[in-house]
Amino acid sequence: MKDLERISNPFNDDKVIASCSIFGAMSLEGRKFSGKDIIRAIANMRDRGNGQGGGFAVYGIYPEYEDLYALQIMFQSRAAKDDTESFLKEYFSIAHSEEIPHREPKNISNPPLVWRYFVEPKRMEQRDLSDDDYVVEKVMIINTRIEDAFVFSSGKDMGVFKGVGYPEDIGYYFCLDEYEGYLWTAHGRFPTNTQGWWGGAHPFSILDWTVVHNGEISSYGINKRFLEMYGYYCTMHTDTEVVAYAIDLLMRKHRLPIEIVAKIFAAPLWEEIERMPEKERRLYTTLREVYGSLLLNGPFTIIIAHRGEMIGLGDRVRLRPLTAGVKDDMLYLSSEEAAIRLICPDLEKAWIPKGGEPIVGRLGASEVIHKKYEIGIA
Amino acid sequence: MKSFLLPEFLVERDENRCIQCKVCITQCGFETHYFDEELGRVMHKEERCVGCQRCAVFCPTNALIIRPHPWNLRPHANWTKERYYDLTKQAETGGVILVGSGTDKPHRIYWDHIVLNASQVTNPSIDPLREPMELRTYLGSKPDALEIKDGELETELPPQVKLETPILFSALSFGAISYQAQESLARAAKEVGILFNTGEGGLPQSLKEYGKYAIVQCASGRFGVDLDYLENSAMIEIKIGQGAKPGIGGHLPGEKVSEIVSRTRMIPKGTDAISPAPQHDIYSIEDLSTLIYALKEATNYKKPVAVKIAAVHNSAAIATGIVRAGADVVVLDGLRGGTGAAPKIIRDNVGIPIELAIAAVDTRLREEGIRNRASVIAAGGIRCSADVIKAIALGADAVYIGTAALVAMGCTLCQKCYTGICNWGICTQDPKLAKRLNPDITTERLVNLVKAWSNEIKEMLGGMGINSVESLRGNRLQLRGIGLADWELKVLGIKGAGE
Ligand code: SF4
Ligand code: SF4
Repeated sequence: MKDLERISNPFNDDKVIASCSIFGAMSLEGRKFSGKDIIRAIANMRDRGNGQGGGFAVYGIYPEYEDLYALQIMFQSRAAKDDTESFLKEYFSIAHSEEIPHREPKNISNPPLVWRYFVEPKRMEQRDLSDDDYVVEKVMIINTRIEDAFVFSSGKDMGVFKGVGYPEDIGYYFCLDEYEGYLWTAHGRFPTNTQGWWGGAHPFSILDWTVVHNGEISSYGINKRFLEMYGYYCTMHTDTEVVAYAIDLLMRKHRLPIEIVAKIFAAPLWEEIERMPEKERRLYTTLREVYGSLLLNGPFTIIIAHRGEMIGLGDRVRLRPLTAGVKDDMLYLSSEEAAIRLICPDLEKAWIPKGGEPIVGRLGASEVIHKKYEIGIA
Repeated sequence: MKSFLLPEFLVERDENRCIQCKVCITQCGFETHYFDEELGRVMHKEERCVGCQRCAVFCPTNALIIRPHPWNLRPHANWTKERYYDLTKQAETGGVILVGSGTDKPHRIYWDHIVLNASQVTNPSIDPLREPMELRTYLGSKPDALEIKDGELETELPPQVKLETPILFSALSFGAISYQAQESLARAAKEVGILFNTGEGGLPQSLKEYGKYAIVQCASGRFGVDLDYLENSAMIEIKIGQGAKPGIGGHLPGEKVSEIVSRTRMIPKGTDAISPAPQHDIYSIEDLSTLIYALKEATNYKKPVAVKIAAVHNSAAIATGIVRAGADVVVLDGLRGGTGAAPKIIRDNVGIPIELAIAAVDTRLREEGIRNRASVIAAGGIRCSADVIKAIALGADAVYIGTAALVAMGCTLCQKCYTGICNWGICTQDPKLAKRLNPDITTERLVNLVKAWSNEIKEMLGGMGINSVESLRGNRLQLRGIGLADWELKVLGIKGAGE
């Protein structure tokens, strides 16, 4: 068993403390656009990072393999690749595999080998496990058992590209300006704890869920212990990992809608709940009673994404920045408004969401957003 | 038989200050002070004094100093004064030495070896005077997941009880304590939005209106238990054991069974109220389950049922059994917990410290994936708000305070609760003594205590950058140990300071 904590969190701290820049852009009509602007936007917030981590998640990039899980895996040795591939062959049918194209590294050192595999689970075992659960289980095995291999992402029609360096250099390295997707998120990192491991950069991902995060979660200790009861082990000791697993638990397993999940992560205050009408009061009281251990306490903003959806959320007392912007079918989320304006100078509306209020962008829901935030209504 | 023992306390009266007002004579229920007609002044028999300080506090001229008798035996590390004293007393009486209150032995107090975290730079600390800070806590069994369809909550939760702050008054039974003391606890609980516990003494008819704030106990003697009692409550607690006397029952002497105690406990006046050591219908975990469900059936599944055990070696395994048996709340009562009466040898030697028990139980329930199914209340040895917050960070949902509440009422820890004489009016049925406790004032003292602690808890939470107590519960990363061995850190599940 390899100890991920030793790689991603070499000082064995409880968690990696980081502050960061985050950015997200989505076409609510599913229109695809290149990563060029995303790289510019995140680069504009360079001061919020320190070159210790940058990354991107992009959705809609593999239409030809839409129904297959795209496993993007990094290897730090040839042996890791061989071991992983024989493991993959045993449990999956591999439709296609290739090294992820990249340029000569600029300002980054020792990039690992990164490959992608388009796969389908080989279901020999008669267990009543969903395909998703099957993939999660195998990803956990690769991450924790195969030395020098780590899965960046494992969803369909999406991919995570990340590494140690400033995000613009990572984007350049992976040629992200040449990809087109309808939803992009990006991250630039400022860990207080230097670490040189590509797997430790954001976005964190399981299946097609990705999370970029800015903040420190003081409730980490209990969030982690709560998730352990449901079989999630936070091996890397970063608070973002907790968010990714909590989302998987609540949204995929417990089938709760994002609006509810947001109210678990950033619960309304009791005094607010007290003022709600009876039915809502009961709902929100129950949510806090049952999921209180997943309240994310402390300063944070996160952008969560999965196929067809992008969600921005800040802590309930708004201790970390988040700005939202809308222009036509485009929804932007960013640590700083300037980054949005850089790539979309004529925004229809830019605003700072309330603490704990999720900004949800859904495919086909452009009108919904316009209506909800009274955009373009003369 | 001539006793070879010297008095435990010295009564020193400053004759220059004494104005012969005789207040001390009326204040001391042990009849230590008396007026010597021949000498024409107040004198005392110190062998009667238990050191409760009542007379000294009430002496208008501060003429009295009560202090431990120096007893100049040759010092001996093995044969301490206490060993000598107890042994001699037993040689003279042939009896089991009884005592009240919690153990005074220096068992390791882990609270004093645990320190808390605070935010610096990467996470702002929060000022509770300016920002919201939430202590509200719900006790009861929680499901592992909620079902919500189209914004509608489909899951019905088992009964929950609300606490405005994670503190409850521990079991103090009427009979052991005075009516005035119970009334004060009930009123204070109502005022601050918490609960008090009837102990096994039932709830007097005249305090029925406080049922909503009462945890009603169902103990081995079943005193005062009827349907009315169970239904008029916030929660029901099955008492299996008590931290001060694990494995031991209770004995309320007939002298304390007054008219109203007899009516409340439903036993004849003047008879001894004996609680057997075990509950005689519970010899196994299946039997416990039967009682849990009998109580739930009786109350239409409207009340959470708690099971209270003394913290002992295998508490973790027992607690999982209790949760699987259907309890909504597990109460752990530690080695340093108080009592109205217990054999001293048991009080001082049986059980384990509550800190270790909380950690072991919380860890085990999580390992078994059943921590959501029950709340955990920690009792026995909570002395200040820092103890409360540490207990919660170790994994408790809330804490019981017993001795702390008594001290707030006036108790000076003289440990003579079992005598029926309590100069502070708390642990007595003597109407003259009991009426010293004015429920208006005592309620205020209790309310003040809970408020003060809650405010301190808010300050400490704010310092950690946490604004809701549920983010601290079980969050052991906020704790560090000092001066603890590896095994202790391991059991507590915390790192050492600097790690
Ligand atoms: S209360 Fe004080 S002043 Fe009064 S008789 Fe006693 S010792 Fe003297
Ligand atoms: S028992 Fe209490 S009241 Fe009586 S003499 Fe001693 S200290 Fe004073």
